[in-house]
Amino acid sequence: MKILVCISVVPDTTTKITFKDNDTTFDKSSVQYILNPYDELSLTRALEIAEQNAGTVHTITVGESDCDPIIRKALAIGAHEAYRVDAQPKNAPFVAHQIASHVKSENYDLILTGRESIDYNGGMVQGLLAELLQWPLINVATEINYSDQEITACRDIDGGRENVKSSIPCVVSAQKDLCEPRIPNMRGIMMARSKPLNVIKAIDLPEFTEITKYELPPSKTGVKLISAENAEELIDILHNEEKLF
Amino acid sequence: MAVLIFAESDSGFYKKSTFEAISYGRKLADQLGTTCIAISIGNKGTENLGSFGAHQEVLYVNELYQTFNPQSYAKAISQTAQQLDCNVIIISQTYTGKSIAPLLAIKQNASIATGVIGMANTIDGFTVKTTAFSNKAIAHVKLNQEQKILTIIPNSYQINTYSETSEIINLEDTIAASDINSTVLSTHKETGKIPLTEAELVISGGRGLKGTENWNLVEELASALGAATACSKPVSDMEWRPHSEHVGQTGITIKPNLYIAAGISGAIQHLAGVSGSKVICVINTDPEAPFFKAADYGIVGDALEVLPRLTRRILEIKK
Ligand SMILES: Cc1cc2nc3c(=O)[nH]c(=O)nc-3n(C[C@H](O)[C@H](O)[C@H](O)COP(=O)(O)OP(=O)(O)OC[C@H]3O[C@@H](n4cnc5c(N)ncnc54)[C@H](O)[C@@H]3O)c2cc1C
Ligand SMILES: Nc1ncnc2c1ncn2[C@@H]1O[C@H](COP(=O)(O)O)[C@@H](O)[C@H]1O
Repeated sequence: MKILVCISVVPDTTTKITFKDNDTTFDKSSVQYILNPYDELSLTRALEIAEQNAGTVHTITVGESDCDPIIRKALAIGAHEAYRVDAQPKNAPFVAHQIASHVKSENYDLILTGRESIDYNGGMVQGLLAELLQWPLINVATEINYSDQEITACRDIDGGRENVKSSIPCVVSAQKDLCEPRIPNMRGIMMARSKPLNVIKAIDLPEFTEITKYELPPSKTGVKLISAENAEELIDILHNEEKLF
Repeated sequence: MAVLIFAESDSGFYKKSTFEAISYGRKLADQLGTTCIAISIGNKGTENLGSFGAHQEVLYVNELYQTFNPQSYAKAISQTAQQLDCNVIIISQTYTGKSIAPLLAIKQNASIATGVIGMANTIDGFTVKTTAFSNKAIAHVKLNQEQKILTIIPNSYQINTYSETSEIINLEDTIAASDINSTVLSTHKETGKIPLTEAELVISGGRGLKGTENWNLVEELASALGAATACSKPVSDMEWRPHSEHVGQTGITIKPNLYIAAGISGAIQHLAGVSGSKVICVINTDPEAPFFKAADYGIVGDALEVLPRLTRRILEIKK
């Protein structure tokens, strides 16, 4: 059983978002980067499945060398080997094509991703990858189990949940509730230092999309406070002025 | 060249986001001087989609579509786009839509933009505004390929109505059992409730409500208003409320017209899921709670006392 976990490196949620070069570029300075929270879940679940099936877990990240500390964290959590495609992750199709190209040179039984990366919240890489490889996709899974060449999973759907199964190889994306993320321990951190972090060259691709400009969402003009004694006034405003009901 | 919209439905009802997507598609088609075509897969609602702007409708009813498989749905949309020469495909950003869109992007060799919140600018190229960094920024995304796919965030485009009737067209469907590459074993849906992602009005409770015993106050207000209910993450973690109600960074992102938050502090991870709401009202005992900075209206007070008064006032008005 050989599992590939796609790891993206994203700004911490509490980061203040600012832009430079006339609002055309995201300003990375003073941004704290973290391992995408959903990818922590998929990595943990991949390790659990690998442990039960004498398997190995590789990670792959499309990103520049500043991602290495986060990739080392994934190795410290327990991944056996890491790959980094040395390029800026311009957009989801770019990332998916790079990962697919790596997958074609290795035999994986399963690819796990996060439900979405918390920077652009696209949730696209998993689907793009599944279609590029012609593998089945199970998206937004809260449970993933493997036995007898088959994946069974529970996935979120609009207004509920659904149990599905698929043969391997397939692509599954992780949703919260999947598992408790593992935290690296001292031994893991020591061992991570000597695990392979392979850097691979990116393949050339057309510019599918480009971001031409950023702006901040319109900010609220300030809160209108209503005293608790006159709480009913809120409803009158919502009814008469905002006409919400 | 035409604009194709996936008309998503559930058990014989179109979703509200479907009407939004069709109105969006029609506006875009008008802007590009082309036709607006809707496609229903597996089942459809009762409305003629001409009322929302579709010139034509395609329907695939094969049994193979009765359970959702991203692969087969993407194939149906892709074959339609090719047969009818569509180069822009519009999909609502629901769970279903999010699973189909990337597969289509590969099939069509298309540029794809997700999290779209405004009408495309087609004067100089093709650019859309999208949400980025969990609602903390807006990015202008330019789509360079001839083929384009947009996923639109529900409740971000207004429904327009037309006094028109669409023409129903029949296309040959090449779907086969071999196109279904995963099997649905069972489905569980919450019934009798307004789905959170589709709700225009939402009442949400946080840890400040103290425990499940007080949730009737949230539910009574919601039912008086015809609103859906939501909650903060700790509330669903403690199992006071079902996980499907959890909004925020790690939960559902919503964009209702009204969001009333009672006993929620307004942590940045919570705001990530709700800050797109049009009107935000906050009820919190702590005047320093961060949520007040993101609110339009605020009441500094005890939610356990304020909520019933709001409910009573609504019932008075509605009488
Ligand atoms: C990676 C990550 C992801 C996260 N994702 C999410 C997410 O998706 N969604 C989410 O919600 N959180 C998320 N969180 C957690 C988030 O940081 C906050 O901890 C959480 O939102 C707090 O929930 P709360 O406001 O209900 O509780 P608290 O922070 O405990 O706030 C309770 C509030 O109620 C007020 N209060 C107390 N009594 C009353 C009363 N009687 N009447 C009125 N007000 C009262 C208090 O003043 C306080 O402001 C995430 C955190 C992390 C680290
Ligand atoms: N640069 C990247 N390198 C490796 N994997 C990625 C990268 N970006 C996204 N992914 C994977 O794809 C998932 C969905 O990402 P996205 O489509 O960007 O929301 C993430 O949870 C990751 O598992």
